[in-house]
Amino acid sequence: MYLYDDFDRTLLAERVAEFRGQVARRLSGELNEDEFKSLRLMNGIYLQLHAYMLRIAIPYGTLASDQMRKLAYVARRYDRGYGHFTTRQNIQFNWIKLKDLPDAMADLAASRLHGMQTSGNCVRNITTDQWAGVASDEIEDPRVWAELLRQHLTLHPEFSFLPRKFKIAVSAAAHDRAALAIHDLSLRLYRNGAGESGFEVGVGGGLGRTPFLTKIIKPFLPKRDVLSYVEAVLRLYNQYGRRDNIYKARIKILVHELGAEKFGKEVEAEWQSIKDGALALDPAVIAEIAARFRYPDYERLEDGPANLTAARKADARFATWLNNCVSNHRVPGYAIVTLSLKPVGKPPGDCTADQMDAIAEIADRFSFGEIRVGHEQNLVLPHVAQRDLPEVFAALDAVDVATPNVGLVSDIIACPGLDYCSLANARAIPVAQEISKRFQDLEVARGLGRLHINISGCINACGHHHVGHIGILGVEKNGEEFYQITVGGRADEQAQLGTLIGPAVPYEDVADVVEDIAEAYLALRQQPDELFIDTIKRLGVEPFKERVYATR
Amino acid sequence: MPLVKAGRIVEDRYLRVADGDPVPEQGPVLVPAERFLKDADEFARREDAVGVIWPNNRSVAELEPHLPNLALVALAFPAYKDGRAYSQARLLRERFGFRGELRATGQILRDQFVFLMRAGFDAFDVVKPADAAAFEEVAQRYSVFFQPTGDGRMTVARVRTRSAQQPANVRTERVPA
Repeated sequence: MYLYDDFDRTLLAERVAEFRGQVARRLSGELNEDEFKSLRLMNGIYLQLHAYMLRIAIPYGTLASDQMRKLAYVARRYDRGYGHFTTRQNIQFNWIKLKDLPDAMADLAASRLHGMQTSGNCVRNITTDQWAGVASDEIEDPRVWAELLRQHLTLHPEFSFLPRKFKIAVSAAAHDRAALAIHDLSLRLYRNGAGESGFEVGVGGGLGRTPFLTKIIKPFLPKRDVLSYVEAVLRLYNQYGRRDNIYKARIKILVHELGAEKFGKEVEAEWQSIKDGALALDPAVIAEIAARFRYPDYERLEDGPANLTAARKADARFATWLNNCVSNHRVPGYAIVTLSLKPVGKPPGDCTADQMDAIAEIADRFSFGEIRVGHEQNLVLPHVAQRDLPEVFAALDAVDVATPNVGLVSDIIACPGLDYCSLANARAIPVAQEISKRFQDLEVARGLGRLHINISGCINACGHHHVGHIGILGVEKNGEEFYQITVGGRADEQAQLGTLIGPAVPYEDVADVVEDIAEAYLALRQQPDELFIDTIKRLGVEPFKERVYATR
Repeated sequence: MPLVKAGRIVEDRYLRVADGDPVPEQGPVLVPAERFLKDADEFARREDAVGVIWPNNRSVAELEPHLPNLALVALAFPAYKDGRAYSQARLLRERFGFRGELRATGQILRDQFVFLMRAGFDAFDVVKPADAAAFEEVAQRYSVFFQPTGDGRMTVARVRTRSAQQPANVRTERVPA
């Protein structure tokens, strides 16, 4: 947990006051919608198909139980009793009224929550590993760096009107759970040959209509230089990023047009002139931030307590959940528990106010009051004692967040699609619901092993379809919804863009196609533990293409 | 379009000279970039103040040799959301040490005032009279600042660590040789 201080609270209060004034000016007509647009966007407010949508940042995915309760309160008071967790560690409310927004923001601010920079052409919520601070494979807690960057880039006077949005992700683990390669800027903390830790910096990743993976421009950046280096990248982007065409305005296009090597050299030159200035990080500043990340007072416990072993034997459902949703913690006797927000037939990432309250309660009882939000649109209880797992399972199961499908075919990432979004060309959520129904038999799903499906309702790719093991992109053809299918994408440390397998298929056929691909995989894999993604790596997309289009 | 300086609406003493127009013998003038660069030597000899209107797609490094002869640099915001001039302003102030008037022109609304001041602007061509009138109040809206920029405001990090004997940053950047 990160402890906010008076500065953070004051800033939020000042921000809410400013926004209240902006809404008043909009309602009185003093501001026209175009002028209001970039102001509201920078507070996380979109105008959607049916209403305004409010997006709230959950910095580095860490949420305290009182904050979760506040989200539940806002969902009930101002929305329709639920919220939607996104792929960028944010939560969205889809039904808020403009006149209520300042009050909703004031209520959120009282619990240290806000929508600042969750949209608009500025630096967005900085994301990281949802297991930060508890993962057994990380070298240190990446949230310290995410927080330093968050502060530095909050209302930054130079970078609040960039050519386009700018997304940063930070990870410090061997396994990339933060999807680094699809960000505008990626920071991977690792230890070099000399044992020093520093960042590998990548730029120019992003999906949308022109997908690119990041290119490494700085193999090793000392930690003290992280602010100045990011400043140098942003300064170049702010001045030279394209502003003539919204679809070419992301930094990935600048990097592509200039070439990563040339771009890296320009950054280097800019960085050299500022690196020893005011942005060089003082160890005292780093220590001060690090000290405000508080870790639980863990008990001294042994791994694998007797009651856990007994419960595993006694209850098959519990055993299944344990295998699927519970992961290793860096502290003995503890576990990381993933809560699936993908129950069969429900919209991925949705969470009701009642579920939020229940999860807050469970977190207080069993996870030191802490909850995490991950980019796969699931939640995490990061500090659960292994001996409490049977009780935690029962409590989570009672509110339907214990579906043991994490990482499986029905753990689908999907954008809101045509049901909510004014940009979408096609529905995404109903496609996800249909697929999850087809694979609701968990035996079948488990038989398929790890298989990520990502669905986007338009080319903007909010559902990250390019990096799904199976990617599904909704397009519109003559007023009808069609879907392009890609396979072989991934967003982890071996990131790869998926390959299109053939012509788009109509809405009704999508779930059938996914079944065909799954069957092809079962027939083609060398042994049961060869993952779907590895079979594709070995054989390419051709056999899958044949299987899908043989009868179409 | 009211001009705001030092928190107040003031008369603009500069005469804007368009590209083809003759430059008056006397009085402060504000001239477009091309015109200024073409006759830079002549402008340098001028007794009265000279200002230049610099576009936001041209490097301010080109201006560096002329800065001692300039009393005013006006940077352009052709659209509210086009933020290139924020970088230009910081470079002029913090890297090239420009101490004259730095004026924001174009689509300037009250919601940019704090950002503009923090980037180094000290004069503002404000579109709406109501925004200009509200300058003083709006300028004080925020009291918390995270970034060390050339405006010298104390950053949160400095206050928190109490190593704050000096303002956050006044020309602490190294100027490249």
